[in-house]
Amino acid sequence: MRHFLTLFSHELRMLLIAPATYVASVLFLLLMGLIYLLVLNEAGTRESDLPPSVLFFQVFWVPVFFMVPLLTMRSIAEERRLGTLEALMTTPATAFQIVLSKFLGAYVFYLLLWGMTIAFPYIAAYGLESTADKQSVLEIAPMMGGYLFIALSGLLYIALGIFASSLTRSQLVAGMLCFSLLFIIVISGQLLLRLPVQDFSWMHWLDAPLEYIRSFKHLEDFSRGMVDTRPFVMYLSNAALLLGITTLVVESKA
Amino acid sequence: MESDQPAIEVINLTKCYGPRKAIDGINFEVSRGQVVGFLGPNGAGKSTTMRVLSGIMPATSGVARICGYPVASQSAEVKKRIGYMPESNPLPEDMRVIEYLRYRAHLKEIPTRKIRDRVEEAMEVCELHRKPRRRLIGTLSKGYRQRVGIADAILARPDVIIMDEPTIGLDPHQILGIRNLIDTLRGEMTVILSSHILPEIEICCDKVIIINQGRVVANGTSQSLRQQFLPNTRYRLRTSLSKPNLELILPSVGRELRLHSSMETDLAGVREFIVEAPSTLDLTEAFIDALRARHASIHEIARLQPNLEDIFMSATKRSWDEVLPETNTKKAKQADEEDEEGSETPAQTKA
Repeated sequence: MRHFLTLFSHELRMLLIAPATYVASVLFLLLMGLIYLLVLNEAGTRESDLPPSVLFFQVFWVPVFFMVPLLTMRSIAEERRLGTLEALMTTPATAFQIVLSKFLGAYVFYLLLWGMTIAFPYIAAYGLESTADKQSVLEIAPMMGGYLFIALSGLLYIALGIFASSLTRSQLVAGMLCFSLLFIIVISGQLLLRLPVQDFSWMHWLDAPLEYIRSFKHLEDFSRGMVDTRPFVMYLSNAALLLGITTLVVESKA
Repeated sequence: MESDQPAIEVINLTKCYGPRKAIDGINFEVSRGQVVGFLGPNGAGKSTTMRVLSGIMPATSGVARICGYPVASQSAEVKKRIGYMPESNPLPEDMRVIEYLRYRAHLKEIPTRKIRDRVEEAMEVCELHRKPRRRLIGTLSKGYRQRVGIADAILARPDVIIMDEPTIGLDPHQILGIRNLIDTLRGEMTVILSSHILPEIEICCDKVIIINQGRVVANGTSQSLRQQFLPNTRYRLRTSLSKPNLELILPSVGRELRLHSSMETDLAGVREFIVEAPSTLDLTEAFIDALRARHASIHEIARLQPNLEDIFMSATKRSWDEVLPETNTKKAKQADEEDEEGSETPAQTKA
């Protein structure tokens, strides 16, 4: 535990002093701001009863696809390339503590980035008082549900990124691997459901598992205020599994 | 159990990278408080051995123990007892020296209230305590980076310090500093270091292990290695005696003497002779007497000690010969000797 705290505070400090952190935050906020603007625009022009927050979270995959690989590809791959992972492994700190500190460091940063977007509705509500409908913009339930979903799914996505990073010493490979894996788990459920194979009766058994892993479905439920325990189990258990595998990888080829 | 256990014990250690054996059944033992130099040509398996000893890499077969704890099965115990400085000395670029050392001190389980003192002490020993203490590691010169690595290795006062080429890239002044540093560690900690700078090893190490092609080819104090690998000492004589006359007096000085070479010098009438003699004898006096008896002028008589470099060349050459297919009788004989040394070298038993 002591080592974990040391490693974790080290991770946070390295995040704070790295220029890349600030560049990534600015880019993230720029993009998210733009998306929010578009969402507001859409909500204004279209006759729909969906609050802007719901629409906003529907494009959660855009930042996930580029932020998660950027955040995580560096972590273990870079340490391995420099050899500092080796130096770390000769101290009494265990591989699991190292992996967990990397994971939580990246996760905290991920949450921080998303957390900053909470300001958007308030800026819209109080800064654009004449144009935005305060009540619909500041509706609290979809926001809470959406952020809860982001926090929960973030566990799995960051764990996936850390896992990809542990497999190689090249950041580029780690990043691409992470991107591909994310693509598979975020989009594949959605895409497979659209395939015509569903029409065949013998493929019906596929419906349930696909429905189970569909991130968009989870998001929909959460932003409607339906907090199901099944996605909790899925994201938590898979994140734990990936971190476990990552620990084994780090141990075996430090 | 602590006191009589050897600090490092390596039994039949083998490590394969695919079909290639990086180290092949090496055996050695280092007792507590010894400073051991690890020598070998590039690719001999020095770094591999050190990496196995520090528990980063599992061996293919064999046993390595640090302070009696097997590296493979009780690596947690081993890690509390070693300070390891890797070959390339990897350091985070964007940390300050003092921050890095404090961070490492926390990781190495130094009690919190002692961390400040230990870090100061390590920095002082490595002469990092003045200007460089708050510099970013990325901006330090190679020599200072080496020192940060060494400071890190000695930080927790571990029982065993493993340093892979600590003096690489240092200027002679800094090397002297490192040598003094290692001298201060002698007796308290066991130090095993690899280096290419042979005089360095010769001066600061109690014991030398030479490995080549994954095998231990020599193991012992530099004195015992001298006897084993270079049984002959050379004397350099500068005298007015002519060559035939010198050959005449050689038997009177000692048996088994052999004239190796003779040449003119800048001084008129003075010749320089190199004479080989068994290294067990000290013949300087005898030479003086013999030359005096002939009324020859003596300009210089020097006993040339074979240094570690000669031993290194001789020991590694032998083991190269061993693997090369062409064998004349002499080489074959040497190869036989080598096989006997496979498990434990005579030098070690002598020592």
